[in-house]
Amino acid sequence: MAGVGSIGLSALAAILVAAGFLGATPASAAYTEVLWTWIDVAGFKPQIAFYLDAMSLVMILVVTCVGFLIHIYAAEFMAEDEGFTRYFGYMNLFVASMITLLLANNLLLLMLGWEGVGLCSFLLVGFWYREPANGAAARKAFILTRVGDTAMLIGLYLLFTRLGTLQIQDLMQRASEQWQPGSAYAVAAAFLLLGGAVGKSAQLPLQVWLPDAMAGPTPTSALLHAATMVTAGVYLIARTHVLFSLAPAAQTAVGIIGAATLLLAGFSALTQHDIKRVLAYSTMSQIGYMFLALGVGAWQAAMFHFMTHAFFKALLFLGAGVIINAVDEEHSMFRVGGLRKELPVAFWTFLIAGCSLAGLPFITAGFFSKDLIIWNAWSAPNGHPGFWIAGMAGAFLTSLYTFRLIFRVFFGPLGIPVTKRPGYAMTVPLVLLAFLSVVGGYLKRPLLGFLNSVLPPTIEAHAGGLTEGSSQAVAAVLFLVGLYFAYLFHLQKRGLADVLVANSTGRVFDRWWFTGWGFDWIYDKAFVQPFVWISQINKGDFIDSFYTGVARLSEVLYRGLSATETGRVRWYMAAMAAGAVLFVAVVLFL
Amino acid sequence: MFSLGLTSLLVRRNLLFVLMSLEVMLNAAGLAFVVAGSRWQQADGQVVFLFILAVAAAEVAVGLALVFQIYRHFGSLDVDKLGEMRG
Amino acid sequence: MEPVFYIAGAVAVISTALMLTRLNVVHALLYLIVSFLGIAVDFFVLGAPFVAALEVIVYAGAIMVLFVFAGMMFNLGQQSVETERQWLTPGIWIGPVLLAGVLFAEVVYLLEGSAAYTGAVAVGPKEVGMVLFGPYVIGVELASMLLLAGVVGAYHLGFLKIVTPETQHDTDTDERRTDTGGDLVLAGADEPARTA
Repeated sequence: MAGVGSIGLSALAAILVAAGFLGATPASAAYTEVLWTWIDVAGFKPQIAFYLDAMSLVMILVVTCVGFLIHIYAAEFMAEDEGFTRYFGYMNLFVASMITLLLANNLLLLMLGWEGVGLCSFLLVGFWYREPANGAAARKAFILTRVGDTAMLIGLYLLFTRLGTLQIQDLMQRASEQWQPGSAYAVAAAFLLLGGAVGKSAQLPLQVWLPDAMAGPTPTSALLHAATMVTAGVYLIARTHVLFSLAPAAQTAVGIIGAATLLLAGFSALTQHDIKRVLAYSTMSQIGYMFLALGVGAWQAAMFHFMTHAFFKALLFLGAGVIINAVDEEHSMFRVGGLRKELPVAFWTFLIAGCSLAGLPFITAGFFSKDLIIWNAWSAPNGHPGFWIAGMAGAFLTSLYTFRLIFRVFFGPLGIPVTKRPGYAMTVPLVLLAFLSVVGGYLKRPLLGFLNSVLPPTIEAHAGGLTEGSSQAVAAVLFLVGLYFAYLFHLQKRGLADVLVANSTGRVFDRWWFTGWGFDWIYDKAFVQPFVWISQINKGDFIDSFYTGVARLSEVLYRGLSATETGRVRWYMAAMAAGAVLFVAVVLFL
Repeated sequence: MFSLGLTSLLVRRNLLFVLMSLEVMLNAAGLAFVVAGSRWQQADGQVVFLFILAVAAAEVAVGLALVFQIYRHFGSLDVDKLGEMRG
Repeated sequence: MEPVFYIAGAVAVISTALMLTRLNVVHALLYLIVSFLGIAVDFFVLGAPFVAALEVIVYAGAIMVLFVFAGMMFNLGQQSVETERQWLTPGIWIGPVLLAGVLFAEVVYLLEGSAAYTGAVAVGPKEVGMVLFGPYVIGVELASMLLLAGVVGAYHLGFLKIVTPETQHDTDTDERRTDTGGDLVLAGADEPARTA
């Protein structure tokens, strides 16, 4: 149990550090711990140094505590798997990389953690490597995040060459001194960093890897693709928020990407059959909310939503794991059903998490955090009614697909009989996370106050007709409407849903949203196939042929020269005579 | 003259003819020297011809002795055959 | 004097050309001697009587005589004429003629610019002698050493016989087998016993 214990220890350490930090906050509200200088070349001097402030403290607390619960769960979930030790090795490596990323003092060290989590994602998604589809999914994830990483590296390069440092705090300082808001460099750098964030957080246009990444074991999906890794992009943008403030174009782009992704993912989640894929699209959608918050400048709201989302999404995934385990690896929600009585703990915790996700008013954490974002989408200085509408529509969709899932899986007639029930190692984390999903919301005021030292608070610039209360009311209404429709289509009159889908236009939408709005198809046609075609025509590798050409040339010369060694005297005489004649000619004419 | 000697050197297969063409070539070279000496009206050209003569004489003596040995050994005077045969 | 020069030169060139194409060895040798005599006349006309005499006495007289002896000794009769005819196909001449032609052209090109021949004054033996004993005395010494080496070598080579009884091969020109028992066999001693 070393794997689990190590995470437990780090969780404990994080809590102790938090206590110390809260107890005696230093003047500049941050600790820096320098370990050693990594590189020292011509003025480029990144160090291995850790930087602890309020934001990174919040994040490492979430990562280690939720991670600890997930590891306990995984100890039972993966108990019969032959790659048990390998799994925990990868998971621990992941947590280490994530913490490096969060605590990094400079962007290069952050990049190290970034790459590390990308690697672990690849290893974990393709954990059951004997299945080729899993390997393909892992590769897809890696390649897409790589595209984002490349953009990010170019951004780092740009930042370094223009500002001379990669140390985050210095960087922010120099950027605000040297670059005017809206300057080309700031915008370019911000867009490039955004590219990296988009890849890692599975937003448009690099979002297609997340649904396929569900091929990995469920604890992995819970940890990486719900709570932690996909939020690395959010962290990056929040960390470099000064840069984004200097580049309004980029910031608006963040918001637009967030809004678009949350709607796209919401519609797609509505048509999925696989339980985990619904949750994957849901994650994509919720991170879209976080991006939306960042886009309008509601930094603290984004962090808050990150925390609550980590709680309830991890819980949802772990619950899904329990379900899938119980019904003999069946993933489709249409084949299982009526598990309410069979798996009571799973049912109640899943229900609580689902309500939190959809935003059940006042009792659940998700309501507070999501609502804060939607309100800020209206009222913040960069807010816009369009964002508010998108956020509300997303809330409706979230409610709809969440309850569709719950009604199909837990209610109705029994689909597949339950063969395995979870033990304590799996149920206790579920309960704990459910508790957090409820009370997490009440941490709103203290959390936001706490983050004030790092992230500027969002002022309400223009309320104009709405108040926070009325916004919350609208959200609550939408929640109920979504719940009703889900009830209607998926519990009461189940046939109705099938009729809708069978209808010709319904079928078009169903297909389209099912494949994630066709992005996979687009990418396949635009990138994958040309690439494969190019590599096929280059099978002879024309660059390589230069070198083989050299070898062949020397072979030809060898053959030619060896033909001159005939052993016949007269031939040699002739050769000598010819040589002499040639020599005379050269001397004469040159 | 030199060209003629060169041609016959390359063409003929009989060893004796080879030697004869060598003589022709030497002679031609010597002729060139003498002409040059006469042109500049010095004795040098003739002196060089004298040396060439000495060299040719020595060479012929040794060469013919060798030819005899070859004939005795290989039984043929064909240059190509001599090249192919292994002693 | 000039026409004599050209006539003698022409004689030399023609007889050399004829020599090349003869099938019989002895005929070729005789033509060569004629060529040398023509060269000697040329030397005389050029005003080098000493080397003219030398050419006749040493070159034509001694060296060519050696050749004639060798040619006679090999006793190459009709058989060899046939062989030579076989060997000298017309096609064989092309390459070397081309090569030699290029060389000839080069030499002509080289000599083109130079002044015409005058050849008035003769450089007699006395001058040659003086030069020989003066600046070129070292050359004389070297030549004498060379001649000595030549004598010794020729004697040595002609004397000893290489004994390799197991490697006598059949040839298509001469179907002779030499059974060499002893090691001290004088060159040409059993020549007359061989059949052509």
